[in-house]
Amino acid sequence: MEELDGEPTVTLIPGMNSQKKQMCFDWGPGEMLVCETSFNKKEKSEVVPGCLLIYIVRKDVDVYSQILRKLFNESHGIFVGLQRIEEELTGKSRKAQLVRVSKNYRSVIRACMEEMHQVAIAAKDPASGRQFSSQVSILSAMELIWNLCEILFIEVAPAGPLLLHLLDWVRLHVCEVDSLSADVLGSENPSKHESFWNLVTVLVLQGRLDEARQMLSREADASPTSAGMCRILGDLMRTMPVLSPGNTQTLTELELKWQHWHEECERHLQDGTFASSPHLESLCKIMLGDEAALLEQKKLLSNWYHFLVTRLLYSHPTVKPMDLYFYAQSSLDLFLGGESSPEPLDNILMAAFEFDIHQVIKECSIALSNWWFVAHLTDLLDHCKLLQSHNLYFGSNMREFLLLEYASGLFAHHSLWQLGVDYFDYCPELGRVSLELHIERIPLSTEQKALKVLRVCEQRQMTEQVRSICKILAMKAVRNNRLGSALSWSIRAKDAAFATLVSDRFLRDYCERGCFSDLDLIDNLGPAMMLSDRLTFLGKYREFHRLYGEKRFVDAASLLLSLMTSQIAPRSFWMTLLTDALPLLEQKQVIFSAEQTYELMRCLEDLTSGKPVCGEPDPQRLQDDDVETTKVEMLRLALARNLARSIIKEGSLEGS
Amino acid sequence: MFVARSIAADHKDLIHDVSFDFHGRRMATCSSDQSVKVWDKSESGDWHCTASWKTHSGSVWRVTWAHPEFGQVLASCSFDRTAAVWEEIVGESNDKLRGQSHWVKRTTLVDSRTSVTDVKFAPKHMGLMLATCSADGIVRVYEAPDVMNLSQWSLQHEISCKLSCSCISWNPSSSRAHPPMIAVGSDDSSPNAMAKAQIFEYNENTRKYAKAETLMTVTDPVHDIAFAPNLGRSFHILAIATKDVRIFTLKPVRKELTSSGGPTKFEIHIVAQFDNHNSQVWRVSWNITGTVLASSGDDGCVRLWKANYMDNWKCTGILKGNGSPVSGSSQQGSSNPPLGSNVPNLQNSLNGSSAGRYFFPPLDSPRAGSRWSSYAQLLPPPPPPLVEHSCDADTANLQYPHPRRRSLSRPLNPLPENEGV
Repeated sequence: MEELDGEPTVTLIPGMNSQKKQMCFDWGPGEMLVCETSFNKKEKSEVVPGCLLIYIVRKDVDVYSQILRKLFNESHGIFVGLQRIEEELTGKSRKAQLVRVSKNYRSVIRACMEEMHQVAIAAKDPASGRQFSSQVSILSAMELIWNLCEILFIEVAPAGPLLLHLLDWVRLHVCEVDSLSADVLGSENPSKHESFWNLVTVLVLQGRLDEARQMLSREADASPTSAGMCRILGDLMRTMPVLSPGNTQTLTELELKWQHWHEECERHLQDGTFASSPHLESLCKIMLGDEAALLEQKKLLSNWYHFLVTRLLYSHPTVKPMDLYFYAQSSLDLFLGGESSPEPLDNILMAAFEFDIHQVIKECSIALSNWWFVAHLTDLLDHCKLLQSHNLYFGSNMREFLLLEYASGLFAHHSLWQLGVDYFDYCPELGRVSLELHIERIPLSTEQKALKVLRVCEQRQMTEQVRSICKILAMKAVRNNRLGSALSWSIRAKDAAFATLVSDRFLRDYCERGCFSDLDLIDNLGPAMMLSDRLTFLGKYREFHRLYGEKRFVDAASLLLSLMTSQIAPRSFWMTLLTDALPLLEQKQVIFSAEQTYELMRCLEDLTSGKPVCGEPDPQRLQDDDVETTKVEMLRLALARNLARSIIKEGSLEGS
Repeated sequence: MFVARSIAADHKDLIHDVSFDFHGRRMATCSSDQSVKVWDKSESGDWHCTASWKTHSGSVWRVTWAHPEFGQVLASCSFDRTAAVWEEIVGESNDKLRGQSHWVKRTTLVDSRTSVTDVKFAPKHMGLMLATCSADGIVRVYEAPDVMNLSQWSLQHEISCKLSCSCISWNPSSSRAHPPMIAVGSDDSSPNAMAKAQIFEYNENTRKYAKAETLMTVTDPVHDIAFAPNLGRSFHILAIATKDVRIFTLKPVRKELTSSGGPTKFEIHIVAQFDNHNSQVWRVSWNITGTVLASSGDDGCVRLWKANYMDNWKCTGILKGNGSPVSGSSQQGSSNPPLGSNVPNLQNSLNGSSAGRYFFPPLDSPRAGSRWSSYAQLLPPPPPPLVEHSCDADTANLQYPHPRRRSLSRPLNPLPENEGV
């Protein structure tokens, strides 16, 4: 993930000694092989190693996580939907749609986080429990960043609504308050609960003033002495002017009202209204945006961005987007107070507050272990036309770069690769060629999987990959002597040479065993028969057998003859064909006409006259062979008799 | 990157080469113990040695797979001055029952008079061809004209390189755009300062390989050389392992500008040069898309190099030994961590901080930076749905339902045989 900057990741290979040995390695489609060796070649190495290990190294651990698999699956659908968002959509409707997409992504992250959390709780051994917990916090951080990016870059909330969004953001992500609240309210006497004031404070810090007021009224009921003070503070809470979505008031009106309210709070503090109750006084100070009072609540705020939002709520409720960075930076400095230094997450959020999209993506790339987050976020921001407007001349390249990385990672997995296909489809520059290189490496372990891969290739007119896959399968089938499968794959590969080779195997098998296998395939070749001459012959020859079987002797006879006269039949096969003619010649009724018989005789003489034909078996051999000689004699006899009968028949027919 | 698995190789001497097959489901290893072993990955992901046999009468330097279009074919080369081609036999023998496969030697290529240092199959569009190179300085190109008969190999070309050869690489670019091309490296350490990397190109007219380029700047011994897969680029990328890692681009100068008929001339640029291995670099190899280069050197590390979207090459990963010697005989899979728990640095990066805060590990921790690790915050109660969109597992996306296509593309099943006439 550190492609953009940062230090290279170091992967330790256990049991290997890098001091003394070197490593030889090889790349596979999704994995790497690594093995200890010594490259200073010597015929014999001095030390015979005790036990050599080969290591399988994988790239992206997250691809193999069952739970993250859902994240990949579901975000894939959102991604594809986003690519299809019509370009014509402009202005508000487009923005609304993009915000919806962003929320979809976030809800997928959330769902995944929940599930991971459940698994973490259920985990039997502490190590894997911690493992899952850390995954939860990674997902949680992703969602936090994404949400902020959504507010700042996609929603582009203006002054006023901006703070409302930020408040929601903080409420969503700092949410111990809900369990705390349940805890306190569930107790017998809430206002005496040890965490009562903590709860009230947190509610105020998060701007949940209605809830805070209700808590105060419980306190008022319980202790009459402070009832008056509680009522006054409750009134201040109730009267705090806030921007409500349906309200038509202008920002200036709001600012004016807010100023007025602020002064009233200030007056109460000056007058010592709450002097007798430190809790209430502190709450009042918070509502005045008093930095010192806020920082006293560090523990409840839990992080600097909560501090930032609370501080803005009570001191600059109409903060403009452009001023955010200033407040964010000072909030971070104040909150950390020089005690600790900012961490990657802080830097990422800060970059977002600074509206530096490139920096956000860069920092995320370095900090995260998988490409899912940066790839999808960058793609979304690209659809918001943000990468161009920020004058990143490599804007769309960065999108594609990250998507390619992510998709390549998916291809390492035995089934997730199918998602990767669509990501490659939406990478205009290198997507197609990357897909070609990846897809041909998918192991064709089952026919079903092979068909799946083929379908992907065929849909994209990847003819070379289709050919290669079919060829691999054809070769595999031949090696296993599954001729039918081999033939159908080579037809699909349109591989004429291989089809010829397989057809020859079929014919050879026939000659040896006297029967055909895979009849269904051969009977239904159709136009595919034209792929190679030999295949045509195979198909036609089988047709002859069928006609014969159906007792359509006349058709069978003329087909048999045409196979020879049209030169479709290889010469080496003529003797077999002539032998096949024997039973037809011996039938009671005359099947071959006189003219056809002459043709047959000519074929036989061609074959036996020793006419040199290059590349064909030596006719000499025929004569040497006794069996063959007998066969020839029988043929001659049968042909002569048939000729005689056919002349008589034809003569008598004409004569009648 | 993480180690997913380790396998006891069971070779009796140094392993010189490991090689994945095209799909990454099989691998071959070769060793100074003169044998080659073939390993197969089972459905469950375990690796099993399915064949092991003595291949040569000397150390076996390299082993490599032919493209599966040609079946299951291996080539090996050795100190015994030969290269050999092996084919797996599918049989019904007892071997199959024992989960063993049977490999037969189809040919021994004996033309070299010295150690054969490298063997590589040509890109598949050229047919079943392979090239060897040897210490006598000759690159030989062989062809099997009949892919169903691998015992027939003819020596097609002998290319004299004048220097003892250590490595070769075919240019994988398609033939339509580029003529066949071989890069050759030499580890000749004699003091003459000749360039140690040459490129030969096939000429259609003369039907011979002729030298197209010499990389004049490469004067130190070259141990490995590798053309990158071509991603549709008009130029080639070549990586060289010498005293450092170098990456060159070779851009063909348009033919009209050169004298017609002669070999292509190239504009050669060095785009990256890294001496991070501190000393000799022994192997370079590209991943399948040619986007990451891996190199192995005297520092005992494998380093991964990648160009970012602005074409700056950087080291993005390092594989190195943790130094501890192997204890006893580790059985296959014994060091397999369960999936998903392979990030050791996560397990010790727990810091018991207050909930609700996301912690990143300190930067000096062993690169946990590739991970956000932290104490999980108390999880919020199920949030209100952000949108109506359901988050149900969308398994439908995994499938491409095209019932009609499916039925069409199903290969025909063998039928019971009928009697012939």
